[in-house]
Amino acid sequence: MNWKTFAAMLARDAQVARRNAIQLVLQTFLQPLLFVFIFGKVMVGSGYLPPEYKSLLLPGIIAISMVFTGIWAVAMPLIAEFQWTHEIEDRLLAPIGVAWIAVEKVIAGMLQALVAGLVVIPLAWLVLRPGIEISIASPLTFAAILVLIATFSACGGLALGCSINQQHIGLMFGMVITPMIFFGCAYYPWSALKTFPLMQKLVLINPLVYASEGMRATLVPQFPHLPVTAVLAALIFFDVLLLAVGLRQFDKKAVG
Amino acid sequence: MAIGVRTQDLRKVYSAAPPPGAGGGFIARADAKGGKQPKAEIPALDGLSLEILPGEIFGLLGPNGAGKSTTVGVLTTRVRPTSGQAWIGEHEVWKEQARVKHLIGVVPQRPNLDFSLTAREILIFHAAYFGIGSRLRNERADALLEKFKLTERAQQMVRGFSGGMMQRLSIARAMMHDPQVLFLDEPSAGLDPQTRILLWEIIREYHQAGRTVLLTTHNMEEADALCQRLAIIDHGHVIALGTSAQLKASIPGGFLVRLRFGKQTADLLQRLRSLAGVREVRALDSAGDGDGTDVYADRGGSLIPEIANLAANAGAELSDVHISEPSLENLFLHHTGRSLRD
Repeated sequence: MNWKTFAAMLARDAQVARRNAIQLVLQTFLQPLLFVFIFGKVMVGSGYLPPEYKSLLLPGIIAISMVFTGIWAVAMPLIAEFQWTHEIEDRLLAPIGVAWIAVEKVIAGMLQALVAGLVVIPLAWLVLRPGIEISIASPLTFAAILVLIATFSACGGLALGCSINQQHIGLMFGMVITPMIFFGCAYYPWSALKTFPLMQKLVLINPLVYASEGMRATLVPQFPHLPVTAVLAALIFFDVLLLAVGLRQFDKKAVG
Repeated sequence: MAIGVRTQDLRKVYSAAPPPGAGGGFIARADAKGGKQPKAEIPALDGLSLEILPGEIFGLLGPNGAGKSTTVGVLTTRVRPTSGQAWIGEHEVWKEQARVKHLIGVVPQRPNLDFSLTAREILIFHAAYFGIGSRLRNERADALLEKFKLTERAQQMVRGFSGGMMQRLSIARAMMHDPQVLFLDEPSAGLDPQTRILLWEIIREYHQAGRTVLLTTHNMEEADALCQRLAIIDHGHVIALGTSAQLKASIPGGFLVRLRFGKQTADLLQRLRSLAGVREVRALDSAGDGDGTDVYADRGGSLIPEIANLAANAGAELSDVHISEPSLENLFLHHTGRSLRD
């Protein structure tokens, strides 16, 4: 492990992020803010949804913003760099093990996901207030869940980015991302699926469920949510699984 | 102290991925098992052994698909060999990757510049990956930009660069960490003559500083002009090795006269062999009208009247004549029966 090389690669990603700052900000925050506005303000304000829905919605929005920022931040550049610009080759020739280049991508993606989560919280709160009741009873658990969410999203981005061909990006959205959002318990608690028992069991393979429920458990514990230990265990499981798959796929792409 | 490069019995077999759609899923399955289509196995290297001496400019010459780029890929940690070994200096490439990467600089066949960065940033970050301190990397970047005539474009994103500018910047980048061995894969492909000459000068200068250079090319002129020794490779193994002059001397006679007759008889071939100066006569089973014959001889033009006479006496109309002087192209033809450009 060569720390200088690793740090230089992180600095390169930071430089690129700085250069694309406006695009990144729009990409990360526009969609959650629109969602918060329509569901939290318009629907609640006009009486179609109860006022409590605002507090239920916020944790889901945070989870979704983090997960998709992390996936996007890692997967999209990798798809382009491996298949189109080949610009990653310069880093593949840097004096460091190939797996560390993948780890660097994951760290960069995690940082972006964490920033997305930490900025969406106050932004959404500003749009939604008054009448929003969040309380962080255990800051440590909250922080741990944030980090675990950031990790699985970045590792998921690594696995997807190294597995999907450029011409299948559209399919990735249709077949992976969209079902993940709708069955991710971001806009409703997992317990709301009890009238569809089969569905309620099936969605448990979706890591976004644990992200949403984990945020709900630590921010708005007054709503029904999965137990925190189950959330932590599931998130750790997905972190490890996706990292292992991602590293394997990365190695296959990186070395002919 | 310059270092050499060595390979021992390198083999690389690619398994061709099934075409999109054939495998069913849209997730790329690199090792799809039980698929409907058997995977095609494509041997790229077939027992390639080479020794490149410390401090020489060595050329790998061969047609497209001969295994040149795969050889460079294996030596630069980018392609894992199916079997065999490769060394950069004393370091085995596939056991000491990070160490080996320190020693090598690579100019790829197709540009792979970092499109998210400016020209100068590309050089600076490259040096940073190699742990070169801030002051030194800035100095080197400025010097190389100047040398490669890119100073004016230093602060621009490389997306809009021409092919020649990208190629120059790729070479500058490969030199940023001052590698002991420089690999250039088809360095002058697509370059205008002026840039090609600039490139050759730079390669020679780098070599004079005591560095080893390995380049691949299918350009005879380039191999002739630059390389101290050459390996001609085809179908993944070395078919001839030596200096340009040695290789040329190994062609029987040196001159190649390619003939085409309306009708070609064994008797005619026999008579051709008996002409003064003719070393070897090869009948080619070519398709199309008439039959081709390659005559290797130590003279060219002066043979033609005699050949024309022979043909007229044998009743075989001579329909085409082409004379090539001693060249690596002829050598390649002699060894493989194919032209380098095929």
